[in-house]
Amino acid sequence: MHPSEDSALQPPGGAVVVDADGLPALFEALRARGYTVVGPTVRDGAIVVAELASVAELPFGWGVEAEAGRYRLRERADTAAFGHSAGPQSWKSVLHPPRARLWSADRATGSVEAGEAAEPPRYALLGVRPCDVRAVGILDQVLTGGRHADPVYRGRRDGAFIIAVECTEPGATCFCTSMGCGPGAESGFDLAMTELADAEGHRFVVRAGTPAGADVLADVPSRAADEATIRRASTAVDEAADHMGRTMPTQGLPQLLADSRESPHWDDVASRCLTCGNCTMVCPTCFCTTTEDVTDLTGDHAERWRVWDSCYALDFSYLHGGSVRTSGQSRYRQWISHKLGTWHDQFGSSGCVGCGRCIAWCPAGIDITQEVSALASLRDAAAADEDGR
Amino acid sequence: MTRTVAARISAHPFFASLTEEQRAALAGDGAAVTFAAGERLFDEGGIADRFWLIEDGNIALDMRVPGRGDQIVETLTSGTVLGWSWLHPPYRWHFGAVARVATTAIEFDAPSVRRRCDDDPAFGYAALRLFTPVITERLQATRLRLLDLYASPAQVRQREIQQADT
Amino acid sequence: MPALAEQTPAVPTFYRVASRREDTDDTVTVELTEPDGPIPAFAPGQFAMLTALGVGEVPISVSGLGDSGGGRASRLEHTLRAVGAVTRALCAVQPGGLIGVRGPFGTGWDVASAAGRDIVIVAGGIGLGPLRPVVLTALADRSRYGRIVLLAGTRTPGDLLYGGELERWRRKGVEVAVTVDHADSGWSGEVGLVTALIKPAGLAPGNSVAFICGPDIMMRVTADALAALGIPAGRIRVSLERNMRCGAAWCGHCQLGPLLVCRDGPVVGYDRAAALMRVREL
Repeated sequence: MHPSEDSALQPPGGAVVVDADGLPALFEALRARGYTVVGPTVRDGAIVVAELASVAELPFGWGVEAEAGRYRLRERADTAAFGHSAGPQSWKSVLHPPRARLWSADRATGSVEAGEAAEPPRYALLGVRPCDVRAVGILDQVLTGGRHADPVYRGRRDGAFIIAVECTEPGATCFCTSMGCGPGAESGFDLAMTELADAEGHRFVVRAGTPAGADVLADVPSRAADEATIRRASTAVDEAADHMGRTMPTQGLPQLLADSRESPHWDDVASRCLTCGNCTMVCPTCFCTTTEDVTDLTGDHAERWRVWDSCYALDFSYLHGGSVRTSGQSRYRQWISHKLGTWHDQFGSSGCVGCGRCIAWCPAGIDITQEVSALASLRDAAAADEDGR
Repeated sequence: MTRTVAARISAHPFFASLTEEQRAALAGDGAAVTFAAGERLFDEGGIADRFWLIEDGNIALDMRVPGRGDQIVETLTSGTVLGWSWLHPPYRWHFGAVARVATTAIEFDAPSVRRRCDDDPAFGYAALRLFTPVITERLQATRLRLLDLYASPAQVRQREIQQADT
Repeated sequence: MPALAEQTPAVPTFYRVASRREDTDDTVTVELTEPDGPIPAFAPGQFAMLTALGVGEVPISVSGLGDSGGGRASRLEHTLRAVGAVTRALCAVQPGGLIGVRGPFGTGWDVASAAGRDIVIVAGGIGLGPLRPVVLTALADRSRYGRIVLLAGTRTPGDLLYGGELERWRRKGVEVAVTVDHADSGWSGEVGLVTALIKPAGLAPGNSVAFICGPDIMMRVTADALAALGIPAGRIRVSLERNMRCGAAWCGHCQLGPLLVCRDGPVVGYDRAAALMRVREL
């Protein structure tokens, strides 16, 4: 433990090492700047995203076993705080909250008050995996990159401080490398940390990604990172890239989905999919919402609330007095075609970051990577048939 | 000077797929006619022994509905063909037709055209190919009207409830 | 007071109903005014998200822009059909009452692109509402366009919108043809599907731009008929409809394949829309 004696001696923009017991100082530095720290914590048998009152609430020593349709906590052999994946929540719970008030209005005067009842806190997101960093970037594009910026997201995003934590231990459902957004963090963060918890101690290799990040880091006891440590951290990340649980073939994926609109495969998925919408709840980029208009008992005061919605809801798409997508087939097709295909047309990138949550949290164990393979095989078979004729 | 029937048939795009010969043959069975506004061409159930190419005017097709009188089911404007019940037994009109305004048309002798079709299969086939698209188009249009697309959801529900009750 | 378009687009401005006219049994046309500020420019084909206070919000295409002179819109006109809770509430708002407005959103008919050509408008039912601004825009600059042809289909003679106005348009040279699905004894017009009005209109497909609005199937059948006539699919425009919860491309509800109807539509060229409109449950 070598508390930094003079922060001016640290290489600007270079990596430093922060010991695990330096984390409280990180918390303090964030709080002193008015941030509410949000991060992973164990609750109800899962690692969820919640406001953290102290460092102690981080899930030290907790890992997960994730597979299709399965998620269990397990005790780790070490004290790593970020050695887990595919939790049921993502950072959209914070930036794109499940419930937000859009406005309230007074009937007598027609005057309107915009926004939420109180100012939302400024959040420091601690423990954002690279897949989730990319997911935040995707939500940035969807919710603020178009002609109209979503005011709720904009407000929370502008005030957010992101601390990414690189992955050294991918989960069985992970495939961020296929989607080109992990396991290392390259951009989109204020601070990036790589956790090392081994015989040499529990420590983090930390680097700043923005001046705001550097500013916070300066208040945290650290020491310059030596070659060996830096190499150990980057090797751990590189090895993680080779141990992904799954892969997703992304070449020509939007075209495959467009070609597959009438594929017989949808019947197959429909026989398994419960249209429960879990995947949309846990997915870090699913952004769909609906609104509810409410009044008080006198009817003089009305409010509009925005709440999460899912394309699996029967009346999600509605026309001429009835649902457009009544069958399960059409709703599953909509979700996967949007996520991997038409998202490109609408927002200029894939909507998937390979976090594997949808695979783990699907009660039927439906695997998005396997569904894509099935579609590709069917299309190839159909093409071969055509050629054969 | 009014053009001859032959000239009018030759000039009309409806008959374009027939050969010169076939058009001339058809002209032999055709005659120029006019109807005054309000004049009835035929009654539902009557013998279908003629069909028309409406050149200029407007014809209403109607059906007698007890309790509701004569209901107009469709109107035909210039350039359309009226009548195909003559094509097959029992050669009876399935609906009535009345001119809504003064109308000029070419009237064809159906039994004569049928004889020609029997005697000259090539002519018969060409004639069928001329008329079946008209029938398909009318059928499709009628089906779409059955869908009652302009109905509001409440009207749709009302109809569904009524159907369930009957 | 910031102009509507500069406010956060999630928050409505409450307009007052200046006038209300019952068009049919279930259709109402309202004129809205905003006393405190200028009304943003709504192009023909664009829509507003209208709020019935305490009930909800729906997308409604603009059906007219009152002109106070100088090209500035003085009021917004919307034709509403009571088909659900929100539209029933909107239809019930009396003059002086409040209706929330967010917008304008979406793509417009782009009437100007038809300069030098014939304008062919085909309306099905309440689809005549969003098409009315096309007629008004063309009439306001008559010499710029060729023929203006309006073919309107409706359920019964009692459901025909803007009856008196159609007459005025006829007098101003708009070629108006109307047909109904079910005639009553007093009806002397055409009876049949609106596509039956196309051939008698004697269109010049090489020089026409078509604007179609109505139920999905009606638009598809009409667009196919016009394309078969020879009008290029890129010059046939349809106004797509999907339910919307935001109008601003955030809520995800209005997707039709790759299109976000609120952002890439509602007006879409048939060259783009045709394949999408054919996929079941898309």
